[in-house]
Amino acid sequence: MDKVIELRDCSAGYGENKVLSHVSLTVGKGEFLVIIGPSGCGKTTLLKMINGLVAPTQGEVAVRGERLADCDLVALRRHIGYAVQGAKLFPHMTVEENICYVPSLERKMAKEEKKALAEQMLNMVQLPPEVAARFPKQLSGGQQQRVGIARAMAANPDILLMDEPFGAVDEITRKGLQEELQALQKKTGVTIVFITHDIGEAFLLGSRILIMKDGGVWQEGTKEELMEHPRDGFVKRLLYR
Amino acid sequence: MLQILWDRREFFLTCLAEHIRISLTAVVCAGALGILIGILISGRQRAASVVLGIINVIYTIPSISLLGFLIPFTGIGNKTAVIALTVYGLLPIVRNTYTGLVNVDAGILEVAQGLGADGRQTLLRVRLPLALPVMISGFRNMVVMIIAMGGIASFIGAGGLGAAIYRGITTYNMTLTAAGSLLIALLALFSDWLLAKVERMANRRYGIG
Repeated sequence: MDKVIELRDCSAGYGENKVLSHVSLTVGKGEFLVIIGPSGCGKTTLLKMINGLVAPTQGEVAVRGERLADCDLVALRRHIGYAVQGAKLFPHMTVEENICYVPSLERKMAKEEKKALAEQMLNMVQLPPEVAARFPKQLSGGQQQRVGIARAMAANPDILLMDEPFGAVDEITRKGLQEELQALQKKTGVTIVFITHDIGEAFLLGSRILIMKDGGVWQEGTKEELMEHPRDGFVKRLLYR
Repeated sequence: MLQILWDRREFFLTCLAEHIRISLTAVVCAGALGILIGILISGRQRAASVVLGIINVIYTIPSISLLGFLIPFTGIGNKTAVIALTVYGLLPIVRNTYTGLVNVDAGILEVAQGLGADGRQTLLRVRLPLALPVMISGFRNMVVMIIAMGGIASFIGAGGLGAAIYRGITTYNMTLTAAGSLLIALLALFSDWLLAKVERMANRRYGIG
């Protein structure tokens, strides 16, 4: 399997206050890796290392075989989708402008092109086309989250990083979003790294699950592997919560 | 008073035009400089407190003495008036640009950057538009202040409606002074009203209100 993301012995944080220590990780093409762990375990920091928002204080990160330290981060990020909790849409842009944000950073887009792209992406996340002209605050939380995913996928990235993207939506909406995300991954074959604190979500979505604790990788494996051979009480408590 | 405004309409019109010219020049200078300073200090907290401190201190200098201080360097007349008004106008616009920019939601900025915007794109497409409402209110503040303070500029030989006020004082002509003051007040109110319209337009463009 092609290695799309590789972290080699990475640490982050300053002085005594280590957020991550000696983390190594590889993610293969088309994988759906779910990272789970208690708050403050460093999972968000790990995710931000992949798109260079956080630089490791030690070790190195490589994406598509290229070391982040040597490559143009701005160009790299345009080909890595990024979706976060609460969507964090740009409140001063319409849904269409939000969706076209990434491609329009690279080139000037014609009106029709923007409209077509917005329509296509809205369709992908199952929103009606008339949403395009609205502003984020006119949408429900679930709709905002869908637009957030559409924005992350608009430039057709082969990697999608998601930081608790469904953390702020209600149970029923979350179910729908999870199913859509699975369908989307099947269709596009995008590699996904997904953070959650909900083990049910991790089991449902992840082709592989990474359990983090105190800034390090505690255990990783498929659902079955984890269930059969939990490393210790911490993992057991997490699994049977 | 209406009588005197009508009788000496040419004088008042010249003063008004001059007042607008001086104020507008100062508004453009202070606006451009203030926004630039605000942007520059928005990423540097230490520099920001120093710069804002200095501008605050300048603001406490009585306007009449600032004009006095400037005379040895730039002489009397409109140039000195524009400089003094620009310096005074800086405070509200620098402060509001700075406040507006640093209060932009950090999460939104991180997404803007994480999706591949460079520094300039983040500033132009996300930070400045989101800071705009606060910046506009600072700008309105600045414009009203500059127009009002422009009245003092005639004490150092600059033109403007202050000339009418000054002449009224020196000739015990209260009506003349009142007429000049009234025009300044009306000019300030009108400008503020105009900017309020601009503000509403900007807010509508950006989905606020």
